Amino acid sequence: MSGLGRVSGPGRVSGLGRVSGTLTRPAAGAAQTPPAAGPPVPSSPAGVLRRLRSRPSAVLSAGVLAVLVLLALAAPLLTALAGQDPYAYHDELVDSARGGVPIGSFGGVSADHWLGVEPGTGRDLFARLLYGARISLLVAVGATLVQLAIGVAVGLAAGLGNRFTDHLLSRVTDVMTALPMLVLGIALTAVVPADFPRPLLLILVIGVLGWGGASRIVRAQTLTLKRLDFVAAARLGGNGPWRVARRELLPSLAAPVITYAAILLPANIVVEASLSFLGVGVKPPTPSWGQMLSNAQTWFRADPLYVLLPAGLLLVTVLAFTVLGDAVRTALDPREASRLRVGTRKEDS
Amino acid sequence: MIRFTLQRLGGAVLVLLALSVLVFGLIWLAPGDPAKLACGDRCSPAQIAQVRERLGLNDAVLTRYADFVRGIVAGRDYSTGTGVLRCDAPCLGLSYRSDRQVTEVILERLPATASLALGAMVIWLAVGVGAGLLSALRRGGVTERAVTVLTLAATGVPVFILGLLLLMIVCAYLRWLPFPSYVPLSQDPEQWAWNMLLPWLTLGLFESAKYARLTRASTLETLAEDHIRTFRAYGVGERAIVGRHALRGAVPPVIALSALDVGTMFGGAVLTESLFGIPGLGKTLIDGVRVIDLPVVTGVVLVMGAAVVLANVVADLLYAAADRRVVLS
Repeated sequence: MSGLGRVSGPGRVSGLGRVSGTLTRPAAGAAQTPPAAGPPVPSSPAGVLRRLRSRPSAVLSAGVLAVLVLLALAAPLLTALAGQDPYAYHDELVDSARGGVPIGSFGGVSADHWLGVEPGTGRDLFARLLYGARISLLVAVGATLVQLAIGVAVGLAAGLGNRFTDHLLSRVTDVMTALPMLVLGIALTAVVPADFPRPLLLILVIGVLGWGGASRIVRAQTLTLKRLDFVAAARLGGNGPWRVARRELLPSLAAPVITYAAILLPANIVVEASLSFLGVGVKPPTPSWGQMLSNAQTWFRADPLYVLLPAGLLLVTVLAFTVLGDAVRTALDPREASRLRVGTRKEDS
Repeated sequence: MIRFTLQRLGGAVLVLLALSVLVFGLIWLAPGDPAKLACGDRCSPAQIAQVRERLGLNDAVLTRYADFVRGIVAGRDYSTGTGVLRCDAPCLGLSYRSDRQVTEVILERLPATASLALGAMVIWLAVGVGAGLLSALRRGGVTERAVTVLTLAATGVPVFILGLLLLMIVCAYLRWLPFPSYVPLSQDPEQWAWNMLLPWLTLGLFESAKYARLTRASTLETLAEDHIRTFRAYGVGERAIVGRHALRGAVPPVIALSALDVGTMFGGAVLTESLFGIPGLGKTLIDGVRVIDLPVVTGVVLVMGAAVVLANVVADLLYAAADRRVVLS
């Protein structure tokens, strides 16, 4: 697969795509040029790692994320170590006369409650933040996998199929990218039975609504790849289209797909937090950062930590993913780094 | 250009049709009996049957979809037992909760959303485009570094965190402003503006990072083009080069993206509205979801989707009008 990471398809870029393409170009311009000693083969794993290691920002954000993932994985262990439970109420730790403000300084920080307690309920904040990280990462990773699975399947089918298939699938992809994800996600959560597991619902909703970008990238790559000699050779060797797709194309698609996953992950974290913030995501008592932030609005002065902790965690996570994603993109393919961003859709408002 | 326009419009119609199928499927797939939902908890079976008849829920799915689309295009009539309730085009159905027409509800909420979007646009055009231009023209200076770092840090920050922090600092600690509570423009323009200030800032600054990067990139790109070098070689002053020629290249993408963003926000800045309690379309959607008022939910989704799709077309056309190469490709 060496050398293939460089190849980037012309793709069918709409006017909108052109706009966002211009928009994201500075990312590549702003990034430092990779070390001149870098190998000419962009996608060899060792080269990629070396390039990543040479950027302090990438190392730092990878470290932050590693700690975060470890904390999330070890959440049950750590909360047990602290002797806490994210769901246990502690009425004795909040001042009911003052509307439920935690007793003690800094939101009730104590030897038992390392980061204080939740106002109103007295639940341990450390435990809830950690369990919130689990939800956040679980939904983001799950949704990204669903998006990539659908995107790769549709993109491959469009790129390899005949003109009719390609046209049809491309139109469907256009529609998917044009629809506002947050809005449809909110509407979808309204019509699903209340007892459906929420994290799974969020994974499916975000995954099913957000595969358009991945599909575009895979299609463009496939169109380019299938004209190359080694694919033609494989086909002439008597391999069927599926075997060619699996053995020859998929490995070469890995680099752009990984790169795009790095863009999707932080975006999906934000979507989950947004949905939970709006009250249509994870349901209480399951802890989630977005939900905490929505509750925190009434405690600005009485308990600022209750706002700052989940907000800070969310910001650091998203920022670390973004910086690392940017670095991975540049490391995988310095020259084409900016172009892969064309399919990005930024959920705003 | 005409062909390009028609192509884009045709595509938009297609997307809207797909959206209508999706939205209709949503109601159809929803668990629970819509008639029971619409009627309320204390309805007798006879009353529920009556509601079902009135809403046309007994018809086949395709008939119902056809009625749904016909309602949007030509309006439709609902029989209310005693008489006929006329729902004029574009009829998006009747609210389960209030028996009001969804179109009416949406029209009532639109001004709040529109004023939020337009105010935010003023801010991102001033702050975002200004910062982008500055950093492009003062290369290598402190300004450029500051803008680059700030925009990178701001990318990916969820808008509600920005809003929460602004609320916390400006309202809770500095007490420069009271906590915003929406006042309609028609009621008291001055109070309206003061209460909208923070939502505008939140949304405007949130978008500014994007516009700063876009402006910087397109300005630098234009400045690097051959014709600019030629102007320089001819001795044209730097001021004229920037003001007359570089801006010409930098502005089209900004306009196109602005059209797109305003459209998306007309479709509801759900998070900002929810955070600041602005009774716009986004809040209508969330409220509709909370009380399972499906016609309101689907109506709002359709309108929001239409806004985004139309904004896409407008952005494409504006871009094409500014840069003819787009039409030819």
